[in-house]
Amino acid sequence: MHLVLFFIFGGLCVAGALNLLLQRHPINSALSLIVVMSSLAVLYLMLGAEFLAAAQIIVYSGAIMVLFTFVIMLLNAGREDRTHGSKAAYLVGFPGAAILLAMLVYIFLSNRGSLGGARLGDYLVTTSDLSRVLFRDLLLPFEVTSILLLVAILGAVVLARKEH
Amino acid sequence: MEVSIWIFLLLSVLKVAVVTVILLTSVAYTVLLERKVVGRIQNRWGPSRVGPFGLLQPLADGLKLFLKEDLMPTSVYRPLFILAPIIALSCALMSISMIPFGPQVHYKGVDLFQISDVNIGLLILLGISGVGVYGIALAGWSSNNKYSLFGALRASAQLISYELALGLSLVGVVLRSESFRLRDIVNTQSTHGLLSWNFFGGFQFVAFFIYLMAAYAETNRAPFDLPEAETELTAGYHTEYSSMKFAMFFMAEYANMITVGCVATLLFLGGWSSPFGNLFPAIGGPIIQNLLPIFWFVAKVFFFLFLYIWVRGTLPRFRYDQLMGFGWKVLLPVAILNIVVTSFLLALRTT
Repeated sequence: MHLVLFFIFGGLCVAGALNLLLQRHPINSALSLIVVMSSLAVLYLMLGAEFLAAAQIIVYSGAIMVLFTFVIMLLNAGREDRTHGSKAAYLVGFPGAAILLAMLVYIFLSNRGSLGGARLGDYLVTTSDLSRVLFRDLLLPFEVTSILLLVAILGAVVLARKEH
Repeated sequence: MEVSIWIFLLLSVLKVAVVTVILLTSVAYTVLLERKVVGRIQNRWGPSRVGPFGLLQPLADGLKLFLKEDLMPTSVYRPLFILAPIIALSCALMSISMIPFGPQVHYKGVDLFQISDVNIGLLILLGISGVGVYGIALAGWSSNNKYSLFGALRASAQLISYELALGLSLVGVVLRSESFRLRDIVNTQSTHGLLSWNFFGGFQFVAFFIYLMAAYAETNRAPFDLPEAETELTAGYHTEYSSMKFAMFFMAEYANMITVGCVATLLFLGGWSSPFGNLFPAIGGPIIQNLLPIFWFVAKVFFFLFLYIWVRGTLPRFRYDQLMGFGWKVLLPVAILNIVVTSFLLALRTT
């Protein structure tokens, strides 16, 4: 059951990602990205991370992608012309991507023992467990991250402000 | 108790069907209620010709919408133009599946008064309402019409802004009940009747008003109905829609109103618990005892729907900059302040 669902949503995720690259209209690409985000949320849910799944839907599918589509609508971006790409991309890009993939696979497989695993199943990490880890064991990184986000927001405000 | 998977499936499908039918019927009759009440507020009768007191008016409206010609304007972006009302309606119908209508009553292993009991029910409701924005945004964009586009832009901006205040206003309630599960939230309020409701007992009335205002904005209802302001935008994002596609937007709007009423009832007014607590002895047989909570739940939701209509009949529409200023400069700070005060009080109580 879990395996079937994993293949359905994993496949949906990959298909959405491919569609994102192949579509020529920006709004279709944005919609494919929403499909990717939502299927990722289902994958999180099957790994037992229910809070992460809900946060993924609310933050990524809900808020961030709405902003994306909002900007696309506001700029009224049209259909893009397909180019044949540069020679350099063909010569360097494809082998580079293949080498990167091979390296990542090799590293993950050789360190499989020390990485620890997650499995598909019925168990759940409840929200209170998650927050206990987040606010007790990882409190300092959490607070530092929130300050980082604050700095980013302030930077955006400064950049967006009109000069008088 | 082990039950066969088929009985479980059958009962679950039956439950979904019954809830959907009840929801859609109440959507139809909420429209009638709105026309009647707004009519009375404006000193006229409202629909009164079809059936006794106009009670069959929703049937006539539905029939009319079905029979209208489904126009497809020539310059729309067709796939998204068709997809948009489906997204809007399905998100509106999906959120009702998290709502518990009454206490846990099991029959052959199936919970009778709730479609799915989820640990993070509240978060899922927020997520669904976030995804529902796409219905409106895509409708406006794919219509290829400047009024529609402006309506959709306004709606998206409004929804993003007010979703923050909405989400933050719920934090106080979650802090008090220490759970995202809607049943737990209701159960923490049901000990002393009226007094233990989050609205009265828990010092959450600030959160309640923030939630109510943000939810009105989320459902695009007066006084926040700028996305469909007739005077400036003809009909906003659904200008180009006709027949069933228009009806889907219409149903989505009223279904969302009902969901908001249900959530407000669950979070702030003690859900299905009686306002009198255990003051009166239990009367009647087991059937009445099981149906009484449903009665309270429906009565509270009805109160919210009436409030929606009352507000619509009373208040004028905001201007757009006022709307944004109100959301960001008033509701959001007050919601954050409420979280700080609530968590401070809770920390004082536990130490």
